[in-house]
Amino acid sequence: MLGLLTNFAHLSGKTDPVILGAQIALIGGIIAVALVITILGRWRWLWYEWLTSLNPKRIGVMYLIVAFLMLLRGAVDAFMLRLQQTIGSGGGEGFLDANHFQQVFTAHGTLMIFFVAMGLMFGIINLILPLQIGSRDVAFPFLNSLSFWLYLVGVGIINTHLIVGGEFAATGWLAYPPLSGIEYSPGPGVDYWIWSVQIAGIGSLLSGVNFFTTILKLRRKGMTLMRMPIFAWSVLGSMTLVLFTFPILTVALALLALDRTFAMHFFTSSFGGNPMMYINLIWAWGHPEVYILILPAFGIFSEIVATFSKKRLFGYTSMVWAIIAITFLSYIVWLHHFFTMGAGANVNAFFGIATMVIAIPTGVKVFNWLFTMYKGRVRMSQSMIWFIGFLFTFTLGGMTGVILSIPPADFQLHNSLFLVAHFHNMVIGGVVFGYMAGLTYWFPKMFGFKLHEGLGKAAAWSWIIGFLVAFIPIYMLGLMGGTRRFEKFDPSLGYHPLFVVAGIGVVIIGIGVVLQVTQLIYSILNNKKLADKTGDPWDGRTLEWSVSSPAPEYNFARLDEVNYRDEYWERKKTPAADLVKYKDIEIPKGSPIGMFIGIFAYLFAMAVIWHIAWIAALSIVIISAFVVARLNDDDIVKTIKASQIEKIESSYGGM
Amino acid sequence: MSNTDREDEQMREEKTTFGFWVYLMTDCMLFAGLFATYAVLRNNTYGGPSGFELFNQKFVLTETLILLTSSFICGLVVISARKKDMDRLVRYLAITGLLGVIFLGMEIYEFRSLINEGNSWATSAFLSSFFVLVGTHGLHVFVGIVWMLLLQWQLLFKGFKPIVLTRVKLFGMFWHFLDVVWIFIFTFVYLLGGLKL
Repeated sequence: MLGLLTNFAHLSGKTDPVILGAQIALIGGIIAVALVITILGRWRWLWYEWLTSLNPKRIGVMYLIVAFLMLLRGAVDAFMLRLQQTIGSGGGEGFLDANHFQQVFTAHGTLMIFFVAMGLMFGIINLILPLQIGSRDVAFPFLNSLSFWLYLVGVGIINTHLIVGGEFAATGWLAYPPLSGIEYSPGPGVDYWIWSVQIAGIGSLLSGVNFFTTILKLRRKGMTLMRMPIFAWSVLGSMTLVLFTFPILTVALALLALDRTFAMHFFTSSFGGNPMMYINLIWAWGHPEVYILILPAFGIFSEIVATFSKKRLFGYTSMVWAIIAITFLSYIVWLHHFFTMGAGANVNAFFGIATMVIAIPTGVKVFNWLFTMYKGRVRMSQSMIWFIGFLFTFTLGGMTGVILSIPPADFQLHNSLFLVAHFHNMVIGGVVFGYMAGLTYWFPKMFGFKLHEGLGKAAAWSWIIGFLVAFIPIYMLGLMGGTRRFEKFDPSLGYHPLFVVAGIGVVIIGIGVVLQVTQLIYSILNNKKLADKTGDPWDGRTLEWSVSSPAPEYNFARLDEVNYRDEYWERKKTPAADLVKYKDIEIPKGSPIGMFIGIFAYLFAMAVIWHIAWIAALSIVIISAFVVARLNDDDIVKTIKASQIEKIESSYGGM
Repeated sequence: MSNTDREDEQMREEKTTFGFWVYLMTDCMLFAGLFATYAVLRNNTYGGPSGFELFNQKFVLTETLILLTSSFICGLVVISARKKDMDRLVRYLAITGLLGVIFLGMEIYEFRSLINEGNSWATSAFLSSFFVLVGTHGLHVFVGIVWMLLLQWQLLFKGFKPIVLTRVKLFGMFWHFLDVVWIFIFTFVYLLGGLKL
């Protein structure tokens, strides 16, 4: 064992304790999990019930688990960055040199956006969206499983360098050329980044096609678009953006990979290449991407505020139009990410104004939420604490965003820590708080028991306070002229005290994370006490609360027509007493082919990264063979008997 | 009424067709990205040859006519499928695929002669973007040909199953889409590139 470890340390080129620690944690973790499953004798169960499942509720849970593991890795990266800057601004050397620091912040950004935020988003959508629109499934169940496996392949690739040694990209999370070109980054680090993001991105694109079709084609009879719950609307906006922008990401990454692998000259600084083209392409995806993440969070809060205020959502129609406006506007603002790169005053003015205009529909939403609470019977549950935190921090972040959208101000603030504080403000205060609120709110629907209230509230408050303590100083440092992405600052600049305060903030957030883990473990241990037997723990308004918790595999035993926006709320007022005969229901059978394709997609990526052409070609052939096998398989459904459905339906007090 | 809640055939076809349209739209975005890149880089020849010196328009016009013919015959494929005329369906499908193979062969020939004359994708940004834009279309045609072979096989073994008929229809959409993309490539790359600026 010791020999093995030395071997890994040798492969990584140096015996860096940070890298070694990561290797031991990762390999040890995998071995430990495999051992536990073997001891419990759960491999068969894992294979049939989870890995090969085409049930979106199972796939959703797998997304959530992977996303949380990546959240832990991303958080460790964040702690390392904060600690290094705190030491490095006080005159110390710290423990990360410049190159390693760059690799860590690149990994941190990539992980948090692609594998944490996207993973949480698709997890929640998988678990909740079909239920909300009254559907039994997504439009393309197999495609859904394939998307998950491609996402997991991305996760695998980005973590591979930790196991086999070697470097990761040191280019920042969007890998601008010419720095990311082969001339200035000759190692495999950037290739790891490209293929990790590329394959996960293709998975997201397929999910986009899937959920877009699901929402438009699989809504319950009677659920017109204007009767659709706001969360479903926000997912529709988000998926529209996925369809329009992820292909651009695919192109940008493919061209960068061609530059690096086949000596092409798209983005090189010689032979006529144009690096600005990459920056335009990547932000034409990158800016809508943040709206892809935030729109579902808006949707989640709309559901939570209405439920916990016991009131109909205020201004449903304006909410819908706000979502549509944001979807459209977010597509025409990408240039504000590089005002300083010489597009000229008129172009900058257009994009600056377009950016400011987004504040209007967002403001509409904020006021709608406030008016929903106004004169409502507000219950300050843990989901609402997240909402209150979101309202304050997100509004703050929105205002700093408007500051940054003014081109002359941006010339002062670009590339500074002010920007870093701004986007963390949006991503933590908006996306993270939103998804945490959503997970808390829908947790009983996903797993059948509630999360402990007290611990949840304490965690939410730690996050909110910790966030402010951690990032207000970063805003101030940015205004003082602090540049982003440095591991050391000269002590004479006087940045040290504010970095120390920011470090304390991160510790408070860390306490929040520990409280959340405690809450999860406590709630699992006490799941009998916290069980949700009615299927409707919060007195909900939409269809997902009309079924048992967790929802049965077929979601709905009967497909009654929808007549109202808050359909379940109206149904509760006039309970139907008619006894119905259940029918058999056909649902898709599980399939391991998504996983097999994932395995060979991983092999393909590794072969490309390490320039082994024949393995890459072979992987493509095998992947195609699996696709053909799936297309040729006619035996893809199984039937749940009516008697079984009756048993399931009568075992909970649902209606 | 049957005793099983089953997704009916019409719904399945409707959502599959819709989903495929959505996919084609994303593919459109992909080509839009490549076209935009080509438009930005087409004059960046870095002292190397420009399109005016390289393109043989008669050759490309022949290519275009072949692809257009295959698209027409692909229309006949869909009509035969609707009439459930297996003989014609298989025959037209084979002709569509054959024309696709000829088109692809000509494209490979063009690429090979360019590279043999020393004008590879590594010569300049213009040639990189040319090879990738046209090559991506070619890759799609290749996928279409493989798809066509699989359809033949499925028609042979499964006959007129609804799912197979849906796939014939989707193949038709895909093939026409490639045709439309090629019209844009022909216009923006070859015709405009042939003008001496």
